[in-house]
Amino acid sequence: MKHLLTLVLCLAATPVLANRVFVSNEKGNDVTVLDSETLEVIGSYPVGNRPRGITISPDGKELYVCASDDDLVRVFDPETMEETHTLPSGPDPELFVLHPSGNPLYIANEDDNLVTVVDTETHQVLAEIPVGVEPEGMGVSPDGKVVINTSETTNMAHFIDSETFEITANVLVDSRPRFAEYNHDGSKLYVSAEIGGTVSVIDPATQEIVHKIEFEIPGVLPEAIQPVGVRVTSDGSRVFVALGPANRVAVIDGETDEVLEYLLVGQRVWQMAFTPDEKLLFTTNGNSNDVSVIDVESLEVVKSVPVGQQPWGVVVAPD
Amino acid sequence: MFKRIILLLAGVWMMSAPVAAQDQPEATLIPSAVLRVEEAGLPPISRLELPPEDLGFAGARLAIEDNDTTGRFMGQDFEAEEVVTTPDAAADEMDRLIDEGVEFIVVLADDETMLSLADHAGDRVMLFNATAHGDNLRGTDCRANTIHVAPSHAMLADGLAQFLMWKKWSRWFLIEGSHPEDAAFAEALRRSATKFGAKIVEERVYEDTGGARRTDSGHVQVQKQMPVFTQRAAEHDVVVAADDAGIFAGYLPYQTWDPRPVTGSAGLMPRAWHAAMEAWGASQFQNRFEKLTNRPMRDEDYLTWLALRMIGEAATRSQSSDPATLKEFMLSDQFEVAGFKGQKLTMRDWDHQVRQPILLVTDLLLTSVSPQDEYLHQVSQLDTLGIDRSETECTF
Repeated sequence: MKHLLTLVLCLAATPVLANRVFVSNEKGNDVTVLDSETLEVIGSYPVGNRPRGITISPDGKELYVCASDDDLVRVFDPETMEETHTLPSGPDPELFVLHPSGNPLYIANEDDNLVTVVDTETHQVLAEIPVGVEPEGMGVSPDGKVVINTSETTNMAHFIDSETFEITANVLVDSRPRFAEYNHDGSKLYVSAEIGGTVSVIDPATQEIVHKIEFEIPGVLPEAIQPVGVRVTSDGSRVFVALGPANRVAVIDGETDEVLEYLLVGQRVWQMAFTPDEKLLFTTNGNSNDVSVIDVESLEVVKSVPVGQQPWGVVVAPD
Repeated sequence: MFKRIILLLAGVWMMSAPVAAQDQPEATLIPSAVLRVEEAGLPPISRLELPPEDLGFAGARLAIEDNDTTGRFMGQDFEAEEVVTTPDAAADEMDRLIDEGVEFIVVLADDETMLSLADHAGDRVMLFNATAHGDNLRGTDCRANTIHVAPSHAMLADGLAQFLMWKKWSRWFLIEGSHPEDAAFAEALRRSATKFGAKIVEERVYEDTGGARRTDSGHVQVQKQMPVFTQRAAEHDVVVAADDAGIFAGYLPYQTWDPRPVTGSAGLMPRAWHAAMEAWGASQFQNRFEKLTNRPMRDEDYLTWLALRMIGEAATRSQSSDPATLKEFMLSDQFEVAGFKGQKLTMRDWDHQVRQPILLVTDLLLTSVSPQDEYLHQVSQLDTLGIDRSETECTF
């Protein structure tokens, strides 16, 4: 009994670094919140119609959700999940990226071939940037100077100056580019192509494709390998790519761009998010309605957690 | 807004070395046309299927918007002239378009007209067949100047057959109409039955004798005729109807003598597209179309869109506006295009048929998509649908 008490005291003394994990459920019109430590569901909360892209402010105080069918971005208090306000987003917001400073928010308007830039403090639209057909993927360089948009039917990565809002370059990639992600020193930009089945590695300095990562999984039809979400560890050594209906996450060496391993997750895996300590990676599996939890160190899938209907995006609260 | 686009375009041309056409201050025009050949005929048996005036053209308008948006970055401008004509006047219209400098023509016509237009065009222009399903057009009557965007009868029949075999519904009661296109589809269904191991246990022909069709209380007649027509058939799992002419199949569901599902031209139908498709990004594609046209998308719209998108995609990828280069690129094994069907669509070099999944649909929903997972292929699973390289009768 005494032992137990000491143990409890010890536990209480060390702050448990649990972070909230927010999963948007596209068909469920809600967000499921998980605890990153216990991996239990805390609750699910209505967030508007067709929630897809989801992100959180660097200070962890504002949770942003693209409510695609409401044509706006809804903002929630991540603790209470009460809606605090909305942001104008332009029509059909799908995915967005926050400037590293937390302001502004760059939003891809899928139906209208625009990227809308919104000030998260004044809630004003700062610019509408015409891009290619079906803009989706949004990335931002670590220094915040360049915003990347990918257009799914035009098949380009558009480089946008984050201050002047002008397109400075267009890089043609493979079919249906879904996602753009820089590594942390800004030396590589990864752009996934869902139908092309590849990830283009672009040198941001020259805006040229330096390598194309291809995937091959024994027993999986090539057509089912559809890269979508991309996440890179902060040291740049590992790149994770969600392969959609191949139900795998590819692990790539960030130096050599070689595929190291394929991890079996739930069905139709699209988006991913690390915990701040990068020990865990959460994946959204749209067809099995769950989230797979990957141990980044051991590269093992440690758990799957049922969430809502057709989970789409995921973000983890900062420490 | 317009000003901003101009400003941006200027920026694009100056700075985007990788793809933008730097030395082209003016966009290069890539002209095409959509030729819809209409025949006087009966209205469809359901008033919900009355063809809209912009049938096919609406798909073309969306494709041109899509191509132009990309073209902004490439210095390319796309156009599609819309022409409605009759079988008699179609060749003259085609000559006029060719004289105007059009190099690509999407044709919406029946099998016979499609073939005669292909022969008339010769090597002057590249044609895209958006509606004719005949297997002969990809076989003994194939023409090198024609790309078949529309799935063939064989592909449609194989797509359905794979699903029926997956369901273990292998005993078919085949009912075909009395029109030539019905017979062609029935022949494709027979071939599919042999290919996938189904057995056609009974065959009947439904004669088109004209008649009341949509008269007041016509349903009373239908309710009496259809059970009688289908009675005492050999033991079967499903009815498979071949009714491309749209005469009787729509009346079969719930009216058959034996309680059996109806497939083929009614009930569960193999199609190129469906307005309820949501998967693979189709939702936003449907949204864009509906915003533009205020109606749901039909097969003809989808296939016309796809044909023109192929031209756009070829122009982007080959970074060329030269018609010869585009034609060559589209027919090469490097060509692929995304068509909201979950995988890239490519070209069969042996008959110029575009490989594509076949949707199996009911009136309101998508039921399945073929190829079914169980049917494998050494080159592309899509080649389990239709006429494969080793079977082709086409020589260009």
